[in-house]
Amino acid sequence: MKKLTIPEEEHMLSGHTACLGCGATIAMRYVLKALGKNTILSIPACCWAVIPGVYPHRTLDVPLLYTAFEVTGAAISGIREALDAMGKEDVNVVGFAGDGGTADIGLQALSAAMERGHNVFYIMYDNEAYMNTGIQRSGSTPMGAWTTTTPGGKKRMYKWEPKKNVAEIMVAHNIPYVATATIAYPEDMIAKLRRAKEIKGPKFFQILSPCPTGWRHPPDKTVEISRLAVQTNVFPLYEVINGKYKISIKPKNPKPVKEYLRLQGRFRHLTEEEIEMIQKNVDDNWKALLKKERCSQEE
Amino acid sequence: MSVLLPEDPTPIAKVPSTENKTGGWRTFRPVIHYEKCIRCYICWKFCPDAAIYFASPEAHAAPKEALSKFDTVEINYDFCKGCGICANECPAKAIELVLEESAEGDEE
Ligand SMILES: Cc1ncc(C[n+]2csc(CCOP(=O)(O)OP(=O)(O)O)c2C)c(N)n1
Ligand code: SF4
Ligand code: SF4
Ligand code: SF4
Ligand SMILES: [Mg+2]
Repeated sequence: MKKLTIPEEEHMLSGHTACLGCGATIAMRYVLKALGKNTILSIPACCWAVIPGVYPHRTLDVPLLYTAFEVTGAAISGIREALDAMGKEDVNVVGFAGDGGTADIGLQALSAAMERGHNVFYIMYDNEAYMNTGIQRSGSTPMGAWTTTTPGGKKRMYKWEPKKNVAEIMVAHNIPYVATATIAYPEDMIAKLRRAKEIKGPKFFQILSPCPTGWRHPPDKTVEISRLAVQTNVFPLYEVINGKYKISIKPKNPKPVKEYLRLQGRFRHLTEEEIEMIQKNVDDNWKALLKKERCSQEE
Repeated sequence: MSVLLPEDPTPIAKVPSTENKTGGWRTFRPVIHYEKCIRCYICWKFCPDAAIYFASPEAHAAPKEALSKFDTVEINYDFCKGCGICANECPAKAIELVLEESAEGDEE
């Protein structure tokens, strides 16, 4: 006998090649627990293209179609329409792509797929840089972070542009379902995936997935850092259903952002003033989100 | 490892990754102290390598009688990479990380 808070079914095998403590792997494990075996995935170039191991290895027990870096949106559109033409409307079609493949290079194909309204899931596992090729900055890298292309120093700064808000770009497409999630809150993530499964049309998820290799944190802190991202309001959890915002977790007394930053080597260089700047950015974003929730619920 | 050649023109990856014994990567070995384990399954929930399995309630001694009807958990050292997430998240502090070289022989 056992009491579990997430499904026992397992569609991701052991023996994959992700770094130890990889958050993106935990994200995949939960996504497949929520959606089940009747699922087809498409994955572009990213860490997850490497994690299953080299051919002829597989680590997922659902079909997985690799695609080029920039075309996940197009790939899932095609798979969906072909399945529908075959009468297989009950199969979940899922694009599973990194933040580089989503916020930057794949944004056009994603936008087109969302606008055309295909009945698909698009999941952005957000590890906040191009990890697979060696930690280069992406549009989704947060303010103040070190990466190998924002190494700091006299000539080239750390990344100081704010993180591109891809979930908001998706909301602007007027799709029926947009949500954020992170691996420290599996019950929340799985409940959202199941709600989304009942909705016909495009569904977008942004899943914050800490990466010990790129974020420069000890591998045992992956879940703790994901939790702190929510407790500090750095990465708020919310969903937007048909334009209506609902914040999933509102921390009563948000922790200082410093607690999140100090566990990660990529933020080690930050001065007190810089941490203040980041805190202000986080506070402003949180206030804006509360406002959106209020306004969209009032209508 | 046996290499399977595709039967048809589409190459399909068919060899399960469980052929790949990632336990060899480990520097630290998580060891469960069952006398502290409250059978909450949080370690199972967060393991990125799906390397924690359920075992029968009787497989290990329970810290108190009320828990003895619940399944226990075991770590599969063939695949555990030793990330330490289970030890960090365990609410009962029942998992200890020990340096692999100093760990006693496999429990298999
Ligand atoms: C058109 C193209 N440009 C560049 C690459 C090289 N490349 C492969 S994976 C990758 C980084 C992917 O970053 P992200 O999407 O964030 O996924 P992550 O590796 O972080 O999981 C790059 C640049 C490629 N495969 N194709
Ligand atoms: S680089 Fe980061 S995202 Fe990629 S496999 Fe390693 S831990 Fe996971
Ligand atoms: S997290 Fe700790 S207490 Fe809970 S089942 Fe695992 S070892 Fe036992
Ligand atoms: S150390 Fe990491 S890989 Fe090993 S059992 Fe614990 S969570 Fe899983
Ligand atoms: Mg990335």
